[in-house]
Amino acid sequence: MISTGQAKRIAVGYGFWIFLLSDIVMFACFFASYAVLVHATAGGPSGPQLFDLDRVGFETACLLLSSFSCGLAFVASSKRRAAPFYLTMAVTLALGAIFLALECGEFLSMTERNAGPTRSAFLSAFFALVGCHGLHVTIGLLWLMTMMAQVRAKGFRDDILRRLLCFNLFWHALDIIWVALFTVVYLIGVTA
Amino acid sequence: MPPADWLFGKLSWSAIPIDSPWPMLASGVVAVVIVGVLAWVLLKGHFPYLWREWITSVDHKRVGVMYVVLALVMLLRGFSDAAMMRAQQAMALNAPGYLPPEHYDQIFSSHGTIMIFFVAMPFVIGLMNFVVPLQIGARDVAFPTLNSVSFWLTATGALLVNISLFLGEFARTGWIPYPPLSELAYSPGVGVDYYLWALQISGVGTLLTGVNFVTTLLKSRAPGMDLMRMPMFCWTALASSLLIVAAFPVLTATLAMLLLDRYLGFHFFTNEAGGNVMMFMNLIWAWGHPEVYILILPAFGIYSEVIATFSSKSLFGYRSMVAATLGICVLAFSVWLHHFFTMGAGADVNAVFGILSTVIAVPTGVKLFNWLFTIYGGRLRYGVPILWALGFMLTFVVGGMTGVLLALPPVDFLLHNSLFLVAHFHNVIIGGVVFGLFSGYTYWFPKAFGFRLHEGLGKAAFWFWTIGFYLAFMPLYVLGFLGMTRRMQQYGVPAWQPWLIAAAAGAGLIAIGTVFLVAQLYYSIRHRDALRDPTGDPWDGRTLEWSTASPPPSYNFAVLPEVTALDAWWVQKQTALRSRTAPPLPRYAALEVPRNSATGVICAFFATLLGFALIWHIWWLAALGAVGAFATFVVFAWRDQVEDHLSAEDLAHRDGLDRAARASASSP
Repeated sequence: MISTGQAKRIAVGYGFWIFLLSDIVMFACFFASYAVLVHATAGGPSGPQLFDLDRVGFETACLLLSSFSCGLAFVASSKRRAAPFYLTMAVTLALGAIFLALECGEFLSMTERNAGPTRSAFLSAFFALVGCHGLHVTIGLLWLMTMMAQVRAKGFRDDILRRLLCFNLFWHALDIIWVALFTVVYLIGVTA
Repeated sequence: MPPADWLFGKLSWSAIPIDSPWPMLASGVVAVVIVGVLAWVLLKGHFPYLWREWITSVDHKRVGVMYVVLALVMLLRGFSDAAMMRAQQAMALNAPGYLPPEHYDQIFSSHGTIMIFFVAMPFVIGLMNFVVPLQIGARDVAFPTLNSVSFWLTATGALLVNISLFLGEFARTGWIPYPPLSELAYSPGVGVDYYLWALQISGVGTLLTGVNFVTTLLKSRAPGMDLMRMPMFCWTALASSLLIVAAFPVLTATLAMLLLDRYLGFHFFTNEAGGNVMMFMNLIWAWGHPEVYILILPAFGIYSEVIATFSSKSLFGYRSMVAATLGICVLAFSVWLHHFFTMGAGADVNAVFGILSTVIAVPTGVKLFNWLFTIYGGRLRYGVPILWALGFMLTFVVGGMTGVLLALPPVDFLLHNSLFLVAHFHNVIIGGVVFGLFSGYTYWFPKAFGFRLHEGLGKAAFWFWTIGFYLAFMPLYVLGFLGMTRRMQQYGVPAWQPWLIAAAAGAGLIAIGTVFLVAQLYYSIRHRDALRDPTGDPWDGRTLEWSTASPPPSYNFAVLPEVTALDAWWVQKQTALRSRTAPPLPRYAALEVPRNSATGVICAFFATLLGFALIWHIWWLAALGAVGAFATFVVFAWRDQVEDHLSAEDLAHRDGLDRAARASASSP
């Protein structure tokens, strides 16, 4: 027989998994639209002329490392140890912010070269797909800061640990999506 | 820019349609009703009660009832649209009728949008809310506050659609806004934006409902309630929730792309710069076809419950029914292309989707035969719920067969976008979904409120609706064969007019049926003492919701039931009858009930601001709405006490009173 607390944790984790699956379905639509429109460049620039693999490789490294530090934060929170928790969360925040800054830089440089989302259907699909991921990272960072504040105010309460579990799932899911995105958009994109 | 622009965006006095009489009249009526209800609530001092017991309630039963109320109110709005269209077409032979084209186009768009998103969906979800936790022996859904948020976001969407009546306009694109017509170049007004934001916001609510119910059904069942002991309605609710989780993100993504096109100049579906219009059709119907099953599967569940109960027999072929439900659930995602066979994807693609579409008739046929065999050899009691179920069985077969006809690509090429199609989908949605919802509404009403709905008025409503339905929609099949396309504001073929007049007469009969429904509700509330059901089990039910009091206490079950078989409550009753002893008194344990929360309604308030501001390009208000909604969640997350404690003694006392009342009612 499981206790009420365990049952709640199971339900919350399970429910959040279901939500993440639905989120992945939404990304699937953006991936599909990208695949349909990737050659619809309307005389404008295409992937090989635009993508800078070094920059994107560095972005990827930041995001993957942030997932590692996020995992460490989860371990720290399960052991209810505040100092390592704040430290690893702060590292996650910093890495996520660097990722976002690099992505914004990429978007800006493309727009300056007349390769913004209004230039062609290909670029619309690119900006929507990558931007949707970036929006998720932004929301994730907002959530991360809220969770740090919450732990500070309330301590490692059961309901807060459940939220941290969901946050971890969310952050790792963003990684999974980024791996697919890195492959489909950038790695295939520079060769095509 | 001038100050008025950043302050009010595109909003100005010219947004009020003073020159068109019908929207002004309609919004006048709506305004009078709203002000009247508000005044009555405030003057009579009902507001604190409403706020405490309903608006901030996170109890799944209350949320469910509010969903159904929303659906019934919006049904009146959607039906008014329908009646206006039927009247227009009945008189518009070589004549302009009384509705100018730009207004007629808004009416058919809002009719479809309202009926699907704000009548059928909330009605289905409302009944799921009310019934599912009771049937699986749970105390609430998995996430009660989230459930309240879902409801209020749905209400936000409905509110935005209704605001469009008075401020600006609604979409003129049909209920599925096909580009390029829905792009900024061809629909520069706010109509499409009203549609898009109303659906995006209510869509979030629906998605969260799906997540909530999948989790509830898979993780919160009573001890012993194996999957294969779940009542049929729960299975269909599970299938429907799974479809919501898998399909609604597609709608969100598709509408987001159209929004990007309209707001930021993207080129997903435009004619220029490589945009691909047919991608919209593919994406939207990848949501749209599963949506049909999101609506019909729970209706199938209701029929299964009602037919088994009123035949006093267990459901015939339970396992095949489960298999058929899940089969439909999977097949739902493999038929979307039949909505646009005429796209020209080629004979091979069309053949594949044509065959897959006809295959859906197989599990549906299994279901129909199971219901027939459930009735066969049973002792059918002709209450109002079973009348709707029988009416469904006859009507839905007709709709299903015309559907199989349309699934054949060569036939579809002839009938595409004709009134034959309109007749078909009304045949399955009214004859399938709406009849099921009315059946479920009558069936579970006594559980929700402790008194029945008046039988005679319900029967009158049933007959007027059924006969009215046939009179209104059979002529549309004929008109389809005569070549009349859908959405015509006027026409020049004299042979069509008699059929259109007949259809309008049918709509008149349905209107009378609707009046009977309202009268039934009014009469039943006024005479509730005579219609009272103190037993909690008025229909001699089979499933767990009938084992508790009517209306059930907030915790549903004082002690969670132990389930040993399918039809758990029926088995308990039979065991008690055989052994001639009452079951022993349970051992009570303290429990937690979730606290009320205003999170849902406050969040919806900010979502309304956000949606309205985005529609009218009032950016500061949009930012305020977004920040407000986020702040609401943070405040919610900061709560320290989320549940109220109910002690074992308290529970034993309350349950003792319940039991005594029901025992004295059922002993002769």
